[in-house]
Amino acid sequence: MGMGTRELSVEGRLHEVTIQCRRGLVTAICGPNGAGKSTLLSCLADLQPVTSGSVRLGGRPMAFSSPRERARWLGYLPQSPEVAWDVAVEVLVSLGRLPWSDAPAGENAQAIEDAIAAMDLEELRHRPVSRLSGGERARALMARVLATRPGWLLADEPLASLDLGHGAALMRRFRQQAQQGRGVVLVLHDLATAMNHADHVVVLDKGRVVAEGVPEVALTQELISRVWKCRARWLGDPGERALSVASPSPVMERGLRPLD
Amino acid sequence: MTNLKLNLSLLVGVVLAAALSLLAGRVWIDPLTPDTHNAALILTQLRLPRAVLAVTLGAGLGLTGAAMQAYLRNPLADPGLFGIAPGAALGAVLSFWTGYAASPWLLPVFALIGASGAMLLLALIAGRGGGVALFTLAGLMVSSLAGALMSLAISLSPSPFAMTEIVTWMMGALADRSWREVTIALPCTIAGAFVIASARRSLDALTLGESAARSLGVDPLVLQIQMIVGVGLIIGSGVAVAGIIGFVGLMVPHLVRPLTDRRPSSLLLPSSLAGALLLVVADCLCRVLPLSSGELRLGIALSLLGTPFFLHLLLRLRRGML
Repeated sequence: MGMGTRELSVEGRLHEVTIQCRRGLVTAICGPNGAGKSTLLSCLADLQPVTSGSVRLGGRPMAFSSPRERARWLGYLPQSPEVAWDVAVEVLVSLGRLPWSDAPAGENAQAIEDAIAAMDLEELRHRPVSRLSGGERARALMARVLATRPGWLLADEPLASLDLGHGAALMRRFRQQAQQGRGVVLVLHDLATAMNHADHVVVLDKGRVVAEGVPEVALTQELISRVWKCRARWLGDPGERALSVASPSPVMERGLRPLD
Repeated sequence: MTNLKLNLSLLVGVVLAAALSLLAGRVWIDPLTPDTHNAALILTQLRLPRAVLAVTLGAGLGLTGAAMQAYLRNPLADPGLFGIAPGAALGAVLSFWTGYAASPWLLPVFALIGASGAMLLLALIAGRGGGVALFTLAGLMVSSLAGALMSLAISLSPSPFAMTEIVTWMMGALADRSWREVTIALPCTIAGAFVIASARRSLDALTLGESAARSLGVDPLVLQIQMIVGVGLIIGSGVAVAGIIGFVGLMVPHLVRPLTDRRPSSLLLPSSLAGALLLVVADCLCRVLPLSSGELRLGIALSLLGTPFFLHLLLRLRRGML
């Protein structure tokens, strides 16, 4: 069952965006700042009023009988998520069970255990959030989303505050979740991560889709140079790509001729 | 149920303190030699309603403080500080002005409307999401707006007598209250507590911020209505019977929070019980404190206690320790 949009527009943010994401795959949404990535993700999470077009789930316009029903299907991790109170990791993860508050206690406890295990948080379960490192915190917040056992994981820049090692580790966990049959949609800032770890890439620019497909097809050097306005070149082998970016000279950036 | 022990000990504390408070006052009653003049009358008509009111109002203040802090995700939130109680007082003052004597129910109704109106204003601003600083300033704005309108109403008041009456009443107190006040505050507080308790899961979800809470199935509009009705009922009725008693809603959740797992829902009950305990003890102390001109007003005493506490919180907040 797939999720996608059909000619979706949000006033001033998105223009007739049509994309398709599939379960079992990791989909990455990429684009320069202000391209509408976060808006598109919150549309997929059914949290954003749309101007026209539709968000679709399983071939039909997305419609849930209640906010709680939606919450059971779509797990959403906002950009730079806040945690207002200094709760322990275990308590934080248990918040993911709020949409299932009428489920049997045993089932809820099991889901929390599974989420803690999936994100490797057993030893940190009693630690307050304020005493976690950036990577641990990102894992704890992801475990909160997993605890809901949603069909879809939607995360807005989940790797933003992570160093290389922790970022790679978290991407591996997203891959595992996709292999278990979930749909995973991530807004990714880092194009190399998208190139190496995503199955499907959507590139947005100024609210429009400018490329969609497998990473090698969507993220070509030409497209990156055009959309991000820099000279980009892929290095390395498939699966271990790195992006070399030559910044344009200050003179060119200002749009002046070199001799002015 | 990790909070069971905490709740039980607080409950025992409230019962003991309330029972002891019956004995203390201008006339001390010794339970072992029950031959004090008019002891039965003092107990049933003065001390008992006063103790019940202290428990009711304290619990209401503790509960609304905890709920507002959770709702606004702001550790500095307090119904008094953030303008809800001043809003209720404004409503009450307007009822004085329109002729308090007309109906004894007019004042509580006006106070409920004032409190709900102030909460609505705050919720409209808070509904947009924003930092601690924005909400705190918005709260202080609502508060000073209500204060200014109240001063206007007082300065335009028809008679000097009404003015004195309003000013004394505004300095919150539990002195000389009767069962009539209990019949106003108790049902409203219980009803408001039920409304807030029904919002507990949504308050938990808000720990993760507004958009994550919505993604967890929280309907912001429903929660907003629950908060306006719940806080409005409790604070409106409380102010109607006792004037403004500030800082309880600020202090109590902070004192209790470290003893819980810090989840907003697990704070609601202990915060109510601790609020009741604090108000009973404070009222008792006010009553027995030897002052030449009657007794210390409870609202003033708590403000004197609460202001340094607020400052302490601010300093800790600046160091990022909350």
